Amino acid sequence: MQGRDNLLHRRRLEKVFVAVALVLIVSALLVLLSLTAEMFIDGLPRLNWKFFTSFPSRHASDAGLLSAWVGTVLVISLAAIFSIPLGIAAGVYLEEYGRDSWLAAIIEINVTNLAAVPPIIYGLVALGIFVQSWNLGETVLTGGLTIALLMLPTVVVVSREAIRAIPASLKEAAYAVGASKWQVIWDHVLPYSLGSILTGVIVAVSRAIGETAPLITVGALTYIAFLPESPFTSKFPYVSFAWLQAPFTVVPIQMFNWISRAGTDFQANAAAAGAVLVILTLLMNGVAIYLRYRLRKAVQW
Amino acid sequence: MVEQEQSQSMVSERPPVVAEVVDLNFFYGDFHALKNINFYIPANKVTALIGPSGCGKTTLLRCFNRMHDLYPGNRYEGGILVNGENIISPKVDPIEVRMRISMVFQKPNPFPKSIYENVAYGLRVRGIRDKSLIDQKVEEALRGAALWDEVKDRLHESAYALSGGQQQRLCIARAIVTDPDIVLFDEPTSALDPIATRSIEELMVSLKERVTIIIVTHSMQQAARFSDYTAFMYMGELIEFNDTKTVFNNASHPQTQEYISGKIG
Repeated sequence: MQGRDNLLHRRRLEKVFVAVALVLIVSALLVLLSLTAEMFIDGLPRLNWKFFTSFPSRHASDAGLLSAWVGTVLVISLAAIFSIPLGIAAGVYLEEYGRDSWLAAIIEINVTNLAAVPPIIYGLVALGIFVQSWNLGETVLTGGLTIALLMLPTVVVVSREAIRAIPASLKEAAYAVGASKWQVIWDHVLPYSLGSILTGVIVAVSRAIGETAPLITVGALTYIAFLPESPFTSKFPYVSFAWLQAPFTVVPIQMFNWISRAGTDFQANAAAAGAVLVILTLLMNGVAIYLRYRLRKAVQW
Repeated sequence: MVEQEQSQSMVSERPPVVAEVVDLNFFYGDFHALKNINFYIPANKVTALIGPSGCGKTTLLRCFNRMHDLYPGNRYEGGILVNGENIISPKVDPIEVRMRISMVFQKPNPFPKSIYENVAYGLRVRGIRDKSLIDQKVEEALRGAALWDEVKDRLHESAYALSGGQQQRLCIARAIVTDPDIVLFDEPTSALDPIATRSIEELMVSLKERVTIIIVTHSMQQAARFSDYTAFMYMGELIEFNDTKTVFNNASHPQTQEYISGKIG
């Protein structure tokens, strides 16, 4: 009977633990939900076509997100173009070539540390290198490079993990028919790990979209009433890189700017910009989950 | 001591040989995994490597296609002579070796690609682009692996849709499509059911005409069933090498007899 009393006690303890865990998670979710809901309710009156097609303005009801979202798209695209190939290449090197070499060990320690460095430090580094030494100015190019720097460690870590997850038996199978190392990497390692890499990259991008501090440090403006030049022109050679030299702002900075005008109608604009960021992040994570699902189904072992 | 006994137990009349193993030693870092191995691989025969777990039979097999080169800290000494060339010499490119000596693994490991692409891969890495030639070679290899009739209507479906036994035959097709001199089999049936095992064994016997086979097997019965020559290994040493009948019925070394009768192992 002693044993049964003890068992009842242990069962009760288990129930108590489940209840406590449930209360904690539900309250955390409720707080998050109410904050998001409040933001959406505040921002809803502004969330219309005009909001996305207007430049910022002195009048809250006229002010829009046009220069900010274009800036975000340009900066993030540049960052992706720079960081994704470099990050994947670094991951391939560390996993497939640099195993057990001192150079790889040094790179590995640095990458792991870099992933934990606060974003504003990247802003300072970027200010010193891109703006002051390289004289790139406070431009879209600088912003893209800065965010690329920030994304790089994540992309490297994600790539390494994806590559490491490929079974050795598949690589051995390829080597066994006479494939060279590069053929094994190009024909097998990269295609099989691409799904996981892409998923990680999208998560990194969706985090980078919200980055504010490093871009303020490198001199993103808070008020821009014009767009960068179009990358496509009507005259030969039909592409132009002038937009790289343009000053820029991004959505979170625009949002910050509106928030700082306390007690005015601009609060609604800030809430609307916040809602846009949240929706964008959710969308990107949704794409990441879908991609993971699709590509894992195509490549399984 | 062992070596003397070894040479006494060698068959006196040598069949035509494709590979000759001479004083082969192998080290995983400091661990001396293979000790002074001397024997030969008769051409167009099945040679089985048997012995208890950890005796070094898979290690020996993986020397033949330089698989150990993929991992750091491994070291060979001595030689494996194929056409007079020492294929474990650092001067020989391991990729060149693997182009002539292919391998089938313990667990079926097809690529997550189509059936066709799995077989064609060995040709593609060699830079062959001629589609009709690839088509023809793929069909030949799949016929050789007794798989053609089962897959000819779904060549472009995923290899993962096949059963375990079919996957292993696909891996065999992948290994023979490039007409290698030797195909290495590392316990190819250990993950398969008895029916699939039987079909793989029959397949290996039929392959003897085109290639030489070296097979590592955990099952003595399997070695007795269809191999022509058998090498018994114990603790990293080659204890006995002879034609399979002699090894199983009239082993000259007491350890071989003990293993075969089930006293050790």
